[in-house]
Amino acid sequence: MIAAPEFQAPSRGGFADHDLMEVAMGPHHPSTHGVFRMNVVLDGETVVKLTPVFGYLHRNHEKIAEKNSYLASIPYTDRLDYICSMTNNWAYVLSVEKLVGLGVPERAEYIRVLVGELTRLFNHACLAGFLLQDMGALGTPLMYAFREREKILDLFEALSGSRMMCNYMRFGGCRCDLPDGWLEEAGKVVAGFDSFLDEFEALLSENEILRARSQGVGVLPRELAVNAGVTGPGLRASGVNYDIRKVDQYGIYNRFKFRVPLGARGDVFDRYMVRILEMRESLAILRQAVRDIPAGAILDPKAKLRNLRPKPGEAYGRIEAPKGELGFYLISDGGPAPWRYRIRPPSFVNLTVLEDMCLGHTIADVVIILGSVDIVLGEVDR
Amino acid sequence: MPTLEQIIARVAAAFPGARLEVVPNGSPSNQPSLLLEPGRAVEIAKFLRDDPELRFDYASNVTGVDWPERTVKERVKVRRVIEGVEKETEELAERKIPGCLEAVYHLYSMALGHGPLVIRLRTGNRADRVVLPSLTPVWRSCEFQEREIFDLFGIQFEGHPDLRRILMWDNFADHPMRKDYVAADAQEATP
Repeated sequence: MIAAPEFQAPSRGGFADHDLMEVAMGPHHPSTHGVFRMNVVLDGETVVKLTPVFGYLHRNHEKIAEKNSYLASIPYTDRLDYICSMTNNWAYVLSVEKLVGLGVPERAEYIRVLVGELTRLFNHACLAGFLLQDMGALGTPLMYAFREREKILDLFEALSGSRMMCNYMRFGGCRCDLPDGWLEEAGKVVAGFDSFLDEFEALLSENEILRARSQGVGVLPRELAVNAGVTGPGLRASGVNYDIRKVDQYGIYNRFKFRVPLGARGDVFDRYMVRILEMRESLAILRQAVRDIPAGAILDPKAKLRNLRPKPGEAYGRIEAPKGELGFYLISDGGPAPWRYRIRPPSFVNLTVLEDMCLGHTIADVVIILGSVDIVLGEVDR
Repeated sequence: MPTLEQIIARVAAAFPGARLEVVPNGSPSNQPSLLLEPGRAVEIAKFLRDDPELRFDYASNVTGVDWPERTVKERVKVRRVIEGVEKETEELAERKIPGCLEAVYHLYSMALGHGPLVIRLRTGNRADRVVLPSLTPVWRSCEFQEREIFDLFGIQFEGHPDLRRILMWDNFADHPMRKDYVAADAQEATP
Protein backbone atom coordinates (compact mmCIF):
# COMPACT_ATOMS: atom_id res chain seq x y z
CA MET A 1 0.00 0.00 0.00
CA ILE A 2 1.26 3.44 -0.82
CA ALA A 3 1.07 5.74 2.13
CA ALA A 4 -0.85 8.91 1.51
CA PRO A 5 1.05 12.09 2.21
CA GLU A 6 0.34 13.49 5.59
CA PHE A 7 -2.63 15.78 5.42
CA GLN A 8 -2.11 19.16 7.02
CA ALA A 9 -5.30 20.57 8.42
CA PRO A 10 -6.02 23.95 6.87
CA SER A 11 -6.24 26.93 9.13
CA ARG A 12 -9.71 27.20 10.62
CA GLY A 13 -9.76 30.98 10.57
CA GLY A 14 -13.22 31.99 9.49
CA PHE A 15 -14.65 28.46 9.43
CA ALA A 16 -14.55 27.80 13.14
CA ASP A 17 -18.21 26.93 13.55
CA HIS A 18 -18.55 24.17 10.99
CA ASP A 19 -16.57 21.27 9.64
CA LEU A 20 -14.51 21.15 6.51
CA MET A 21 -14.60 18.05 4.36
CA GLU A 22 -11.66 16.54 2.55
CA VAL A 23 -12.38 14.77 -0.72
CA ALA A 24 -9.74 12.75 -2.55
CA MET A 25 -10.43 13.19 -6.25
CA GLY A 26 -8.51 10.49 -8.01
CA PRO A 27 -6.37 8.60 -8.72
CA HIS A 28 -9.26 6.67 -10.29
CA HIS A 29 -11.45 9.59 -11.18
CA PRO A 30 -12.48 9.97 -14.83
CA SER A 31 -11.95 13.74 -14.79
CA THR A 32 -8.29 13.56 -13.81
CA HIS A 33 -7.20 12.40 -17.27
CA GLY A 34 -5.09 9.61 -15.86
CA VAL A 35 -3.81 8.59 -12.46
CA PHE A 36 -3.64 11.91 -10.66
CA ARG A 37 -5.04 12.79 -7.26
CA MET A 38 -6.25 16.07 -5.88
CA ASN A 39 -6.94 16.27 -2.18
CA VAL A 40 -9.62 18.92 -2.09
CA VAL A 41 -10.75 20.54 1.14
CA LEU A 42 -14.29 21.80 0.88
CA ASP A 43 -16.22 24.32 2.92
CA GLY A 44 -19.69 23.36 1.82
CA GLU A 45 -19.20 23.31 -1.95
CA THR A 46 -16.34 25.78 -2.04
CA VAL A 47 -12.73 24.72 -2.39
CA VAL A 48 -10.54 26.17 0.36
CA LYS A 49 -7.43 24.05 -0.22
CA LEU A 50 -6.20 21.76 -2.96
CA THR A 51 -3.15 19.54 -2.81
CA PRO A 52 -2.08 17.70 -5.96
CA VAL A 53 -0.52 14.27 -5.45
CA PHE A 54 1.74 12.88 -8.16
CA GLY A 55 3.82 9.86 -8.83
CA TYR A 56 1.39 7.06 -9.68
CA LEU A 57 2.93 6.71 -13.14
CA HIS A 58 6.52 7.39 -12.10
CA ARG A 59 8.96 4.99 -13.72
CA ASN A 60 12.09 7.18 -13.55
CA HIS A 61 12.53 7.50 -17.27
CA GLU A 62 15.46 9.86 -16.62
CA LYS A 63 17.38 7.16 -14.78
CA ILE A 64 16.69 4.63 -17.53
CA ALA A 65 17.91 7.11 -20.15
CA GLU A 66 21.15 7.67 -18.24
CA LYS A 67 21.93 4.00 -18.73
CA ASN A 68 20.91 3.82 -22.39
CA SER A 69 22.64 5.12 -25.48
CA TYR A 70 21.41 8.42 -26.91
CA LEU A 71 19.61 6.69 -29.77
CA ALA A 72 17.81 4.22 -27.50
CA SER A 73 16.02 7.02 -25.66
CA ILE A 74 14.06 8.21 -28.70
CA PRO A 75 11.33 5.55 -28.46
CA TYR A 76 11.10 6.21 -24.72
CA THR A 77 10.32 9.86 -25.35
CA ASP A 78 7.23 8.74 -27.31
CA ARG A 79 5.76 7.59 -24.03
CA LEU A 80 6.13 10.87 -22.14
CA ASP A 81 3.19 12.79 -23.51
CA TYR A 82 1.74 9.77 -25.24
CA ILE A 83 -0.67 11.86 -27.27
CA CYS A 84 2.07 13.94 -28.92
CA SER A 85 4.93 11.55 -29.61
CA MET A 86 6.20 13.56 -32.58
CA THR A 87 6.84 16.73 -30.60
CA ASN A 88 8.54 14.72 -27.83
CA ASN A 89 10.88 13.25 -30.42
CA TRP A 90 11.51 16.69 -31.78
CA ALA A 91 12.47 18.27 -28.46
CA TYR A 92 14.88 15.45 -27.69
CA VAL A 93 16.63 15.34 -31.07
CA LEU A 94 16.85 19.14 -31.02
CA SER A 95 18.74 18.99 -27.72
CA VAL A 96 21.09 16.31 -28.97
CA GLU A 97 21.69 18.34 -32.13
CA LYS A 98 22.62 21.31 -29.94
CA LEU A 99 24.89 19.11 -27.84
CA VAL A 100 26.69 17.66 -30.86
CA GLY A 101 26.43 20.64 -33.19
CA LEU A 102 24.47 18.99 -36.00
CA GLY A 103 22.55 20.58 -38.82
CA VAL A 104 19.29 19.33 -40.29
CA PRO A 105 18.56 19.14 -44.05
CA GLU A 106 15.86 21.43 -45.32
CA ARG A 107 13.38 18.74 -46.30
CA ALA A 108 13.65 17.13 -42.86
CA GLU A 109 12.96 20.51 -41.22
CA TYR A 110 9.80 20.84 -43.30
CA ILE A 111 8.70 17.33 -42.39
CA ARG A 112 9.26 18.15 -38.72
CA VAL A 113 7.10 21.24 -38.99
CA LEU A 114 4.42 19.23 -40.80
CA VAL A 115 4.19 16.46 -38.22
CA GLY A 116 4.66 18.90 -35.33
CA GLU A 117 1.77 21.09 -36.39
CA LEU A 118 -0.43 18.07 -37.17
CA THR A 119 0.29 16.95 -33.60
CA ARG A 120 -0.72 20.34 -32.27
CA LEU A 121 -3.96 20.13 -34.27
CA PHE A 122 -5.16 16.88 -32.80
CA ASN A 123 -3.87 17.63 -29.31
CA HIS A 124 -5.90 20.84 -29.16
CA ALA A 125 -8.93 19.21 -30.80
CA CYS A 126 -8.89 16.38 -28.25
CA LEU A 127 -8.40 18.85 -25.40
CA ALA A 128 -11.45 20.81 -26.54
CA GLY A 129 -13.38 17.54 -26.72
CA PHE A 130 -12.26 16.41 -23.27
CA LEU A 131 -12.98 19.80 -21.76
CA LEU A 132 -16.53 19.73 -23.09
CA GLN A 133 -16.90 16.20 -21.82
CA ASP A 134 -15.86 17.47 -18.39
CA MET A 135 -18.59 20.11 -18.66
CA GLY A 136 -21.18 17.48 -19.35
CA ALA A 137 -21.38 17.39 -23.14
CA LEU A 138 -20.94 13.64 -22.99
CA GLY A 139 -19.47 11.98 -26.01
CA THR A 140 -20.39 13.98 -29.06
CA PRO A 141 -17.75 16.76 -29.16
CA LEU A 142 -15.05 14.31 -28.14
CA MET A 143 -16.04 11.86 -30.85
CA TYR A 144 -16.04 14.63 -33.45
CA ALA A 145 -12.49 15.51 -32.35
CA PHE A 146 -11.41 11.88 -32.37
CA ARG A 147 -12.77 11.47 -35.90
CA GLU A 148 -10.36 14.18 -37.08
CA ARG A 149 -7.54 12.79 -34.95
CA GLU A 150 -8.00 9.43 -36.62
CA LYS A 151 -7.29 10.94 -40.05
CA ILE A 152 -4.05 12.45 -38.76
CA LEU A 153 -3.06 9.20 -37.06
CA ASP A 154 -3.55 7.46 -40.41
CA LEU A 155 -1.05 9.91 -41.88
CA PHE A 156 1.40 9.13 -39.07
CA GLU A 157 0.95 5.43 -39.59
CA ALA A 158 1.71 5.75 -43.30
CA LEU A 159 4.79 7.79 -42.43
CA SER A 160 6.30 5.97 -39.46
CA GLY A 161 4.51 2.64 -39.27
CA SER A 162 2.95 3.46 -35.93
CA ARG A 163 -0.09 5.48 -35.05
CA MET A 164 0.85 6.82 -31.65
CA MET A 165 4.38 5.71 -30.74
CA CYS A 166 5.98 7.10 -33.86
CA ASN A 167 9.71 6.96 -32.99
CA TYR A 168 10.19 9.00 -36.13
CA MET A 169 12.88 11.65 -35.69
CA ARG A 170 16.61 11.10 -35.62
CA PHE A 171 19.60 13.29 -34.76
CA GLY A 172 20.19 15.35 -37.88
CA GLY A 173 16.92 14.57 -39.62
CA CYS A 174 14.15 12.02 -39.79
CA ARG A 175 14.04 8.24 -40.03
CA CYS A 176 12.41 7.84 -43.45
CA ASP A 177 11.09 9.96 -46.28
CA LEU A 178 7.46 10.74 -46.95
CA PRO A 179 5.69 7.92 -48.80
CA ASP A 180 4.21 8.60 -52.25
CA GLY A 181 1.02 10.60 -52.14
CA TRP A 182 1.44 11.55 -48.47
CA LEU A 183 1.53 15.29 -49.10
CA GLU A 184 -1.69 15.16 -51.14
CA GLU A 185 -3.38 13.24 -48.34
CA ALA A 186 -2.07 15.73 -45.79
CA GLY A 187 -3.42 18.56 -47.92
CA LYS A 188 -6.85 16.91 -47.90
CA VAL A 189 -6.78 16.45 -44.13
CA VAL A 190 -5.83 20.09 -43.66
CA ALA A 191 -8.64 21.22 -45.94
CA GLY A 192 -11.12 19.03 -44.09
CA PHE A 193 -9.93 20.23 -40.71
CA ASP A 194 -10.99 23.76 -41.51
CA SER A 195 -14.59 22.71 -42.01
CA PHE A 196 -14.40 20.57 -38.86
CA LEU A 197 -13.35 23.66 -36.91
CA ASP A 198 -16.17 25.74 -38.45
CA GLU A 199 -18.69 23.08 -37.46
CA PHE A 200 -17.18 22.65 -33.98
CA GLU A 201 -17.29 26.37 -33.35
CA ALA A 202 -20.79 26.81 -34.73
CA LEU A 203 -22.00 24.05 -32.42
CA LEU A 204 -20.05 24.90 -29.30
CA SER A 205 -18.15 28.16 -28.98
CA GLU A 206 -21.29 30.28 -28.81
CA ASN A 207 -23.07 27.77 -26.62
CA GLU A 208 -24.67 29.36 -23.61
CA ILE A 209 -23.86 26.54 -21.23
CA LEU A 210 -20.21 26.46 -22.29
CA ARG A 211 -19.92 30.19 -21.68
CA ALA A 212 -21.75 30.09 -18.35
CA ARG A 213 -19.54 27.30 -17.12
CA SER A 214 -16.21 28.64 -18.32
CA GLN A 215 -16.23 32.43 -18.33
CA GLY A 216 -14.74 33.93 -15.21
CA VAL A 217 -13.79 30.49 -13.86
CA GLY A 218 -10.22 29.59 -12.95
CA VAL A 219 -8.72 32.98 -13.70
CA LEU A 220 -4.94 32.96 -13.92
CA PRO A 221 -3.47 36.47 -13.54
CA ARG A 222 -0.73 37.44 -15.92
CA GLU A 223 2.01 38.08 -13.34
CA LEU A 224 1.37 34.79 -11.58
CA ALA A 225 1.40 32.91 -14.88
CA VAL A 226 4.86 34.27 -15.74
CA ASN A 227 6.30 33.77 -12.28
CA ALA A 228 4.96 30.24 -11.98
CA GLY A 229 6.45 29.24 -15.31
CA VAL A 230 3.15 28.43 -17.00
CA THR A 231 3.79 27.98 -20.72
CA GLY A 232 1.83 27.19 -23.84
CA PRO A 233 -1.81 28.11 -24.47
CA GLY A 234 -2.41 28.56 -20.73
CA LEU A 235 0.13 31.38 -20.62
CA ARG A 236 -1.09 33.03 -23.79
CA ALA A 237 -4.69 32.91 -22.55
CA SER A 238 -3.50 35.17 -19.72
CA GLY A 239 -2.32 37.67 -22.31
CA VAL A 240 1.43 37.01 -22.35
CA ASN A 241 2.79 36.99 -25.87
CA TYR A 242 5.34 34.20 -25.52
CA ASP A 243 5.47 31.48 -28.14
CA ILE A 244 8.80 29.66 -28.41
CA ARG A 245 8.23 29.20 -32.15
CA LYS A 246 8.46 33.01 -32.39
CA VAL A 247 11.00 33.65 -29.61
CA ASP A 248 13.60 30.98 -30.41
CA GLN A 249 12.64 30.41 -34.06
CA TYR A 250 13.99 26.89 -33.80
CA GLY A 251 13.94 24.79 -36.95
CA ILE A 252 12.58 26.90 -39.79
CA TYR A 253 9.71 28.64 -38.02
CA ASN A 254 11.02 32.03 -39.16
CA ARG A 255 9.84 31.18 -42.69
CA PHE A 256 6.16 30.81 -41.88
CA LYS A 257 3.59 33.52 -41.47
CA PHE A 258 1.39 32.90 -38.47
CA ARG A 259 -0.09 34.86 -35.61
CA VAL A 260 -0.03 34.15 -31.88
CA PRO A 261 -3.57 34.26 -30.44
CA LEU A 262 -3.80 35.86 -26.99
CA GLY A 263 -6.51 35.83 -24.35
CA ALA A 264 -7.61 38.80 -22.30
CA ARG A 265 -8.95 37.43 -19.04
CA GLY A 266 -7.08 34.15 -18.51
CA ASP A 267 -10.15 32.10 -17.57
CA VAL A 268 -11.15 28.64 -18.74
CA PHE A 269 -13.00 30.05 -21.73
CA ASP A 270 -9.91 31.97 -22.88
CA ARG A 271 -7.79 28.84 -22.60
CA TYR A 272 -10.36 26.99 -24.70
CA MET A 273 -10.60 29.77 -27.27
CA VAL A 274 -6.82 30.29 -27.58
CA ARG A 275 -6.53 26.62 -28.53
CA ILE A 276 -9.25 26.89 -31.16
CA LEU A 277 -7.51 29.94 -32.67
CA GLU A 278 -4.12 28.23 -32.47
CA MET A 279 -5.49 25.38 -34.55
CA ARG A 280 -6.41 27.90 -37.26
CA GLU A 281 -2.84 29.23 -37.21
CA SER A 282 -1.43 25.69 -37.35
CA LEU A 283 -3.54 25.11 -40.45
CA ALA A 284 -2.00 28.23 -42.00
CA ILE A 285 1.51 26.90 -41.24
CA LEU A 286 0.60 23.50 -42.65
CA ARG A 287 -0.68 24.99 -45.90
CA GLN A 288 2.57 26.93 -46.35
CA ALA A 289 4.67 23.87 -45.50
CA VAL A 290 2.81 21.57 -47.91
CA ARG A 291 3.24 24.20 -50.62
CA ASP A 292 6.95 24.93 -50.05
CA ILE A 293 8.49 21.61 -49.05
CA PRO A 294 11.59 20.99 -51.22
CA ALA A 295 13.01 17.68 -52.41
CA GLY A 296 16.29 16.44 -51.00
CA ALA A 297 17.93 14.41 -48.28
CA ILE A 298 16.19 13.81 -44.97
CA LEU A 299 19.23 12.95 -42.84
CA ASP A 300 22.44 14.92 -42.41
CA PRO A 301 25.25 12.76 -43.85
CA LYS A 302 27.47 13.73 -40.89
CA ALA A 303 24.87 12.49 -38.42
CA LYS A 304 25.99 9.63 -36.25
CA LEU A 305 23.18 7.64 -34.76
CA ARG A 306 24.74 4.53 -33.26
CA ASN A 307 27.57 4.73 -30.74
CA LEU A 308 27.21 8.48 -30.41
CA ARG A 309 29.73 9.92 -27.94
CA PRO A 310 29.36 13.71 -27.72
CA LYS A 311 32.23 15.80 -26.40
CA PRO A 312 31.92 16.61 -22.69
CA GLY A 313 29.53 19.50 -22.29
CA GLU A 314 25.88 20.26 -21.86
CA ALA A 315 22.93 21.64 -23.80
CA TYR A 316 19.36 22.68 -23.12
CA GLY A 317 16.98 22.55 -26.06
CA ARG A 318 13.32 23.44 -25.96
CA ILE A 319 10.36 23.58 -28.30
CA GLU A 320 6.81 24.84 -28.19
CA ALA A 321 5.04 21.53 -27.65
CA PRO A 322 1.22 21.61 -27.78
CA LYS A 323 1.08 21.73 -23.97
CA GLY A 324 3.83 24.29 -23.43
CA GLU A 325 7.59 24.43 -23.24
CA LEU A 326 9.06 20.96 -23.57
CA GLY A 327 12.80 20.97 -22.93
CA PHE A 328 15.55 18.44 -22.62
CA TYR A 329 18.70 19.15 -20.64
CA LEU A 330 21.59 16.86 -21.47
CA ILE A 331 25.05 16.63 -19.94
CA SER A 332 27.62 14.50 -21.70
CA ASP A 333 30.77 13.24 -20.01
CA GLY A 334 32.10 11.87 -23.29
CA GLY A 335 30.59 8.44 -22.72
CA PRO A 336 28.01 6.58 -24.80
CA ALA A 337 25.18 7.41 -22.38
CA PRO A 338 24.23 10.89 -21.17
CA TRP A 339 25.55 11.73 -17.70
CA ARG A 340 22.42 13.72 -17.01
CA TYR A 341 19.19 13.51 -18.98
CA ARG A 342 16.49 15.80 -17.77
CA ILE A 343 13.04 16.43 -19.18
CA ARG A 344 11.35 19.73 -18.49
CA PRO A 345 7.73 18.68 -18.84
CA PRO A 346 5.16 21.39 -19.53
CA SER A 347 2.23 19.61 -17.84
CA PHE A 348 4.13 19.18 -14.59
CA VAL A 349 5.16 22.81 -14.25
CA ASN A 350 1.75 24.08 -15.40
CA LEU A 351 0.16 22.27 -12.44
CA THR A 352 2.02 24.56 -10.00
CA VAL A 353 -0.82 27.09 -10.14
CA LEU A 354 -3.69 24.58 -10.03
CA GLU A 355 -4.53 25.44 -6.43
CA ASP A 356 -4.42 29.19 -7.09
CA MET A 357 -6.88 28.77 -9.95
CA CYS A 358 -9.29 26.54 -8.02
CA LEU A 359 -9.61 28.35 -4.69
CA GLY A 360 -13.06 29.75 -4.15
CA HIS A 361 -14.68 27.70 -6.89
CA THR A 362 -16.91 24.66 -6.59
CA ILE A 363 -15.81 21.08 -7.04
CA ALA A 364 -17.52 20.95 -10.45
CA ASP A 365 -15.33 23.85 -11.55
CA VAL A 366 -12.19 22.09 -10.32
CA VAL A 367 -12.88 19.43 -12.93
CA ILE A 368 -12.98 21.87 -15.83
CA ILE A 369 -10.08 23.96 -14.51
CA LEU A 370 -7.90 20.86 -14.46
CA GLY A 371 -9.24 19.99 -17.90
CA SER A 372 -8.25 23.39 -19.24
CA VAL A 373 -4.66 23.03 -17.98
CA ASP A 374 -4.22 20.08 -20.36
CA ILE A 375 -2.08 17.48 -18.61
CA VAL A 376 -0.90 14.04 -19.60
CA LEU A 377 0.27 11.96 -16.69
CA GLY A 378 2.90 10.11 -18.67
CA GLU A 379 4.72 13.41 -18.78
CA VAL A 380 3.86 14.71 -15.31
CA ASP A 381 5.22 11.64 -13.54
CA ARG A 382 7.84 10.50 -16.03
CA MET B 1 20.63 39.21 -25.21
CA PRO B 2 23.38 40.50 -22.94
CA THR B 3 26.45 38.27 -22.96
CA LEU B 4 27.44 36.33 -19.88
CA GLU B 5 30.31 38.79 -19.29
CA GLN B 6 27.89 41.72 -19.32
CA ILE B 7 25.55 39.93 -16.92
CA ILE B 8 28.45 39.15 -14.58
CA ALA B 9 29.61 42.76 -14.71
CA ARG B 10 26.13 43.99 -13.80
CA VAL B 11 25.77 41.52 -10.94
CA ALA B 12 29.28 42.23 -9.66
CA ALA B 13 28.55 45.95 -9.64
CA ALA B 14 25.44 45.39 -7.56
CA PHE B 15 26.97 42.80 -5.23
CA PRO B 16 30.62 43.70 -4.67
CA GLY B 17 32.60 40.79 -3.34
CA ALA B 18 30.16 38.08 -4.48
CA ARG B 19 31.91 35.06 -5.95
CA LEU B 20 30.74 34.63 -9.56
CA GLU B 21 32.44 31.84 -11.40
CA VAL B 22 31.90 30.88 -15.04
CA VAL B 23 31.56 27.15 -15.60
CA PRO B 24 32.75 26.47 -19.15
CA ASN B 25 30.74 24.27 -21.47
CA GLY B 26 32.66 22.16 -23.97
CA SER B 27 29.76 21.47 -26.32
CA PRO B 28 28.85 23.59 -29.39
CA SER B 29 25.62 24.66 -27.68
CA ASN B 30 27.26 27.87 -26.41
CA GLN B 31 25.54 27.72 -23.03
CA PRO B 32 28.14 28.43 -20.34
CA SER B 33 26.80 28.68 -16.83
CA LEU B 34 27.29 30.90 -13.83
CA LEU B 35 28.17 29.37 -10.46
CA LEU B 36 26.78 31.34 -7.53
CA GLU B 37 27.71 31.03 -3.89
CA PRO B 38 24.70 29.62 -2.02
CA GLY B 39 24.84 32.28 0.69
CA ARG B 40 23.98 35.12 -1.67
CA ALA B 41 21.98 33.18 -4.28
CA VAL B 42 18.54 34.46 -3.27
CA GLU B 43 19.44 38.15 -3.40
CA ILE B 44 21.30 37.69 -6.69
CA ALA B 45 18.33 35.77 -8.12
CA LYS B 46 16.00 38.61 -7.11
CA PHE B 47 18.36 41.05 -8.82
CA LEU B 48 18.41 38.94 -11.99
CA ARG B 49 14.61 38.92 -11.99
CA ASP B 50 14.05 42.60 -11.31
CA ASP B 51 16.96 44.41 -12.96
CA PRO B 52 15.46 46.38 -15.88
CA GLU B 53 18.12 45.26 -18.36
CA LEU B 54 18.13 41.58 -17.39
CA ARG B 55 14.51 40.84 -16.32
CA PHE B 56 14.93 37.06 -16.07
CA ASP B 57 11.32 36.71 -14.99
CA TYR B 58 10.89 33.08 -15.96
CA ALA B 59 12.76 30.12 -14.47
CA SER B 60 12.12 27.42 -17.01
CA ASN B 61 14.04 24.29 -16.14
CA VAL B 62 15.21 23.50 -12.63
CA THR B 63 17.06 20.30 -12.02
CA GLY B 64 19.74 18.54 -10.03
CA VAL B 65 22.96 16.88 -11.09
CA ASP B 66 24.90 14.37 -9.06
CA TRP B 67 28.69 14.48 -9.19
CA PRO B 68 30.28 11.68 -7.16
CA GLU B 69 33.91 11.99 -6.15
CA ARG B 70 36.06 11.62 -9.27
CA THR B 71 39.72 11.09 -9.92
CA VAL B 72 41.09 12.59 -13.11
CA LYS B 73 44.42 11.64 -14.57
CA GLU B 74 46.52 14.52 -15.79
CA ARG B 75 49.98 14.86 -17.25
CA VAL B 76 52.13 17.02 -15.04
CA LYS B 77 55.75 18.06 -15.39
CA VAL B 78 58.02 16.98 -12.56
CA ARG B 79 61.76 17.28 -12.01
CA ARG B 80 63.35 14.00 -11.15
CA VAL B 81 66.88 12.77 -10.76
CA ILE B 82 67.27 9.96 -13.25
CA GLU B 83 70.59 8.12 -13.40
CA GLY B 84 72.32 10.93 -11.53
CA VAL B 85 71.05 13.71 -13.85
CA GLU B 86 68.18 15.98 -12.94
CA LYS B 87 65.63 15.97 -15.77
CA GLU B 88 62.19 17.33 -16.38
CA THR B 89 59.78 14.52 -17.24
CA GLU B 90 56.08 14.15 -17.71
CA GLU B 91 54.20 11.96 -15.37
CA LEU B 92 50.62 10.84 -14.95
CA ALA B 93 49.22 12.25 -11.74
CA GLU B 94 45.86 11.57 -10.21
CA ARG B 95 43.79 14.42 -8.90
CA LYS B 96 40.72 13.96 -6.76
CA ILE B 97 37.69 16.15 -7.38
CA PRO B 98 35.40 16.05 -4.36
CA GLY B 99 31.81 15.05 -4.96
CA CYS B 100 28.88 17.43 -4.76
CA LEU B 101 25.27 17.89 -5.77
CA GLU B 102 24.32 20.67 -8.12
CA ALA B 103 21.08 22.53 -8.66
CA VAL B 104 20.84 24.00 -12.17
CA TYR B 105 18.38 26.76 -13.15
CA HIS B 106 17.68 27.78 -16.73
CA LEU B 107 16.39 31.35 -16.75
CA TYR B 108 14.67 33.16 -19.58
CA SER B 109 13.14 36.58 -19.91
CA MET B 110 9.57 36.65 -21.15
CA ALA B 111 9.54 40.44 -21.02
CA LEU B 112 12.64 40.93 -23.15
CA GLY B 113 12.68 37.63 -24.99
CA HIS B 114 16.23 36.56 -24.19
CA GLY B 115 17.86 33.58 -22.53
CA PRO B 116 18.91 31.12 -21.42
CA LEU B 117 21.04 32.14 -18.49
CA VAL B 118 22.18 29.01 -16.68
CA ILE B 119 22.92 29.39 -12.99
CA ARG B 120 24.25 26.65 -10.75
CA LEU B 121 24.44 26.13 -7.01
CA ARG B 122 26.69 23.51 -5.43
CA THR B 123 26.41 21.72 -2.12
CA GLY B 124 29.41 21.16 0.14
CA ASN B 125 29.37 17.40 -0.29
CA ARG B 126 26.94 14.58 -1.01
CA ALA B 127 26.30 13.41 2.55
CA ASP B 128 25.70 15.92 5.31
CA ARG B 129 26.20 19.34 3.75
CA VAL B 130 23.38 19.22 1.22
CA VAL B 131 21.49 22.40 2.09
CA LEU B 132 20.94 25.01 -0.62
CA PRO B 133 18.74 28.11 -0.54
CA SER B 134 15.39 27.67 -2.26
CA LEU B 135 14.64 30.02 -5.13
CA THR B 136 10.88 29.31 -4.95
CA PRO B 137 10.26 32.67 -3.23
CA VAL B 138 11.78 34.31 -6.32
CA TRP B 139 10.20 32.09 -9.01
CA ARG B 140 7.11 30.02 -8.18
CA SER B 141 7.95 27.69 -11.07
CA CYS B 142 10.72 26.22 -8.89
CA GLU B 143 8.18 24.92 -6.35
CA PHE B 144 7.48 21.46 -7.77
CA GLN B 145 10.83 21.16 -9.51
CA GLU B 146 12.78 21.79 -6.30
CA ARG B 147 10.57 19.26 -4.56
CA GLU B 148 11.52 16.83 -7.29
CA ILE B 149 15.23 17.53 -6.74
CA PHE B 150 14.77 17.00 -3.01
CA ASP B 151 12.99 13.74 -3.76
CA LEU B 152 15.32 12.28 -6.37
CA PHE B 153 18.70 13.82 -5.43
CA GLY B 154 18.35 14.67 -1.76
CA ILE B 155 19.18 18.37 -1.78
CA GLN B 156 17.52 20.17 1.15
CA PHE B 157 16.11 23.52 0.02
CA GLU B 158 16.05 26.04 2.82
CA GLY B 159 13.11 28.41 2.59
CA HIS B 160 10.96 26.16 0.41
CA PRO B 161 7.32 26.45 1.50
CA ASP B 162 6.42 22.78 1.18
CA LEU B 163 9.43 20.50 0.90
CA ARG B 164 8.01 16.97 0.65
CA ARG B 165 8.65 14.06 -1.66
CA ILE B 166 6.73 14.44 -4.88
CA LEU B 167 7.24 11.42 -7.17
CA MET B 168 8.35 8.71 -4.74
CA TRP B 169 6.17 7.79 -1.77
CA ASP B 170 6.68 9.51 1.57
CA ASN B 171 8.39 6.77 3.54
CA PHE B 172 10.80 5.91 0.75
CA ALA B 173 14.30 6.27 2.11
CA ASP B 174 16.77 6.76 -0.75
CA HIS B 175 17.33 9.22 -3.59
CA PRO B 176 17.03 7.28 -6.84
CA MET B 177 18.69 9.72 -9.23
CA ARG B 178 22.00 9.58 -7.39
CA LYS B 179 24.63 7.76 -9.36
CA ASP B 180 25.40 5.28 -6.57
CA TYR B 181 21.76 4.34 -6.01
CA VAL B 182 21.14 0.62 -6.14
CA ALA B 183 17.56 -0.35 -6.84
CA ALA B 184 16.02 -2.77 -4.40
CA ASP B 185 15.01 -6.12 -5.81
CA ALA B 186 11.53 -5.67 -7.20
CA GLN B 187 10.40 -8.77 -5.31
CA GLU B 188 11.66 -7.43 -2.02
CA ALA B 189 10.50 -3.85 -2.31
CA THR B 190 7.94 -3.17 0.37
CA PRO B 191 6.53 0.27 -0.20
